[in-house]
Amino acid sequence: MEGGLGSLGGCGGSSGAATNDHTMSKVEVAEAEASSYPVEAELELGLSLGGGGGGGGKGKANAWGERGRILIAKDFPSVVSQPQRPNNNNNNNTSISPACVVGSVSGTKRAADSVSHEGGSPTAGSQVVGWPPIRAYRMNSLVNQAKAARSEEDKGIGEKDKSKDNLKKKICNGNKISAPGNEKGHLGFVKVNMDGIPIGRKVDLNAHACYGRLAQALEEMFFRSTTSLNSIGGEKQQVTKSSRLLDGSSEFVLTYEDKEGDWMLVGDVPWGMFLTSVKRLRIMRTSEVNGLAPRFQDRNEKQRIKPV
Amino acid sequence: MLRKASSFPEEMLEHVLSFITSDKDRNAVSLVCKSWYEIERWCRKRIFVGNCYAVRPEMVIRRFPELRSVELKGKPHFADFDLVPDGWGGCVYPWIAALATAYPLLEEIKLKRMVVSDESLEVIAKSFKNFKVLVLSSCEGFSTDGLAAVAANCRNLRGLDLRESEVDDPSGQWLSRFPDSFTSLASLNISCLGAEVSFSALERLVGRCPDLKTLRLNHAVPLDKLANLLRGAPQLVELGTGAYSAELQPDVFSNLAGAFSGCKELRSLSGFWNVFPGYLPAVYPVCSGLTSLNLRDANIQGADLIKLVSQCRSLQRLWVLDHIEDIGLEALAACCKDLTELRVFPSDPYGAEPNVSLTERGLVSVSEGCPKLQSVLYFCRQMTNAALVTIAKNSPRMTCFRLCIIEPRAPDYQTLQPLDLGFGAIVENYKDLRRLSLSGLLTDRVFEYIGTYAKKLEMLSVAFAGDSDLGLHHVLSGCEKLCKLEIRDCPFGDNALLANAAKLETMRSLWMSSCSVSFRACKLLGQKMPRLNVEVIDERGPPDLRPENCPVEKLYIYRTIAGPRFDMPGFVWTMDGDSV
Repeated sequence: MEGGLGSLGGCGGSSGAATNDHTMSKVEVAEAEASSYPVEAELELGLSLGGGGGGGGKGKANAWGERGRILIAKDFPSVVSQPQRPNNNNNNNTSISPACVVGSVSGTKRAADSVSHEGGSPTAGSQVVGWPPIRAYRMNSLVNQAKAARSEEDKGIGEKDKSKDNLKKKICNGNKISAPGNEKGHLGFVKVNMDGIPIGRKVDLNAHACYGRLAQALEEMFFRSTTSLNSIGGEKQQVTKSSRLLDGSSEFVLTYEDKEGDWMLVGDVPWGMFLTSVKRLRIMRTSEVNGLAPRFQDRNEKQRIKPV
Repeated sequence: MLRKASSFPEEMLEHVLSFITSDKDRNAVSLVCKSWYEIERWCRKRIFVGNCYAVRPEMVIRRFPELRSVELKGKPHFADFDLVPDGWGGCVYPWIAALATAYPLLEEIKLKRMVVSDESLEVIAKSFKNFKVLVLSSCEGFSTDGLAAVAANCRNLRGLDLRESEVDDPSGQWLSRFPDSFTSLASLNISCLGAEVSFSALERLVGRCPDLKTLRLNHAVPLDKLANLLRGAPQLVELGTGAYSAELQPDVFSNLAGAFSGCKELRSLSGFWNVFPGYLPAVYPVCSGLTSLNLRDANIQGADLIKLVSQCRSLQRLWVLDHIEDIGLEALAACCKDLTELRVFPSDPYGAEPNVSLTERGLVSVSEGCPKLQSVLYFCRQMTNAALVTIAKNSPRMTCFRLCIIEPRAPDYQTLQPLDLGFGAIVENYKDLRRLSLSGLLTDRVFEYIGTYAKKLEMLSVAFAGDSDLGLHHVLSGCEKLCKLEIRDCPFGDNALLANAAKLETMRSLWMSSCSVSFRACKLLGQKMPRLNVEVIDERGPPDLRPENCPVEKLYIYRTIAGPRFDMPGFVWTMDGDSV
């Protein structure tokens, strides 16, 4: 243990001068130590969906491969009796995410399509969590207005002024502003609850371009938390859950509550439509789902999920 | 001749103390001697707890038996930007349960960034017979069911303010739960509610509360109904409109303009969602008296903004989107000589290219034209040292300066130099600066300036700045009044932190995320500093599964007399002596 705590027990100012040189000369040493430390490989539970849109971002070690996935609609053929497991073409790269490189623990980690930065400058703030420092609540209010502006144009009412044209242009620009039309106005972030976990989370739907990415992010969020709970002696319930995952039964289904209050299977409708109607998400135990919504049917005819 | 303090009559001291309301002064009084401590604690009516985990409710109750007003803050500020994972904490229920038993006469509860359950609201509603004011600022965890309980039970409610909270809204009927006999409401802020509220209930409520001075509606209240509300409450001082758009119909317009003309006391306007510019002139009758204008949500063009703002010659506070552009800010500087607070928000923060012509020149104009400027929050995409130096010299009264250059690490765009000199001028000239947020390309040099000059600085926010621990060391060792320090994505590690450990006990809190503080240093700090809670937030799993030199994801350190907290979720670890 170094004598780094030069100021303990006394006034910071007075002993500052004395320890300054001593402490500061150690800065370089400390930094060299930290960065020369070997990169620690961390096995992620890495539960990738495989197929379709699951690509992008960094590949994770796929110890569990096909097991323990969150199912979405495309996993189910149009007539459903049993959930199937499609091929996992995507899981061949087993590159391991470095968990312990100085400076790599950056704010980009939680953004779904983030790439680990080596200390370089993030681009235009679009990949960095919490930057620029604006409340998501507020941003969504602006997007709300963008949608309202667009619908006014459609109706032929309202001036075609510059601000509305700009907004429309940006709406067509893709991933940034196609946001869900949530009643509460918190469009980007929606709540996600998983059966058996008391603490809900929030996910930024704006940060994902498709269902695959969303499911991947959710798996990271929830199955990894399960692991950490285990390690500090979490409840028995959690341990049982992850061992069922080990057994390979796909136990969970991703569902969402739409504007009308119905619970639907995620993945049935085009992504953009999903964004405008989703209110919140729930990772539900397959055993609790009473009748899965078949694909390719008219929305009105579709059988709603009736959660138990 | 020796005179004991206790020979001074208690009642007289109490009477004198009744004029002393500032927390800092009260705290100072209580330190004079034991008998003053005793007298002071028996007559303290309001308390502010800046960090709900710094003290336990029982401790507060034991010391101050006669409280009437309690204010608490929960999550760290960076929770506003999603840097604090959900479930971190800040549940208010234990406080509410304790307060309910101890203070049956409690009148006010103000909460910020806390998790408030419906159950908590029900306890509040039923426990305090004389309850008057509830402020829930940036809170979450409750629904309109909880609000219904408050409405139904709090007979003497004067203020209900939900600013920026997240409210689950299963039904819009809660407003109807205010009984017909209820008339005491003076302030209502429901601007954050997503869904509709029952308009007829709202109208009746507004009509029967003669003391109603503040009314902030949510966007679901349509424009054509606004006139009715205003006619029912011509005494309003502060109004937040609902959505401000409708088909342009002459009778709706004239009705609205007439209603506004009747509101002679109106001083503050906000709301203006979905603005249809054709309706803006309806507010012109009140503009000359306005002191506060919040157009934060008004997505309107510069020209309309300028027309509106130019009518508001008494304006002191303006919040606006960057659609106002440099040219609009010049107009503002020319008309609004009493301006003290300006906030300019980005309309397209995630866009790669600027969508409006708002640059450093806008802020320079305002600093030149508005000598009383005290508080600035400015989002822009380019800045120069020269502009900052000018701004620094023009605004001697500045107490809060927050600049956000949207691109992280953006240099002076003309010289390509870091902005150290510019911010250096800021701290050197703003002698009363209490709050500062930095952005742009910054080296350790800027922190040296801050440590040297910013002697009154209480809160500092830093992102993507600095080169080494020296930067952090300058701040911790130089800023004598530092209370809250929040840092993200800076190359600060163990050394400065450990060398200034004692300083941390003089501050409310320190937040560091995506920096280079090792787990080892956190453990050391936790072991050596029993009056600090050192909490590691790491969603990768327990930090002791990784090497000790591995940096932690996020670190939150705060002083406390309550010991480590017991409500931490699975991704938060406390570094106290025992667990390490």
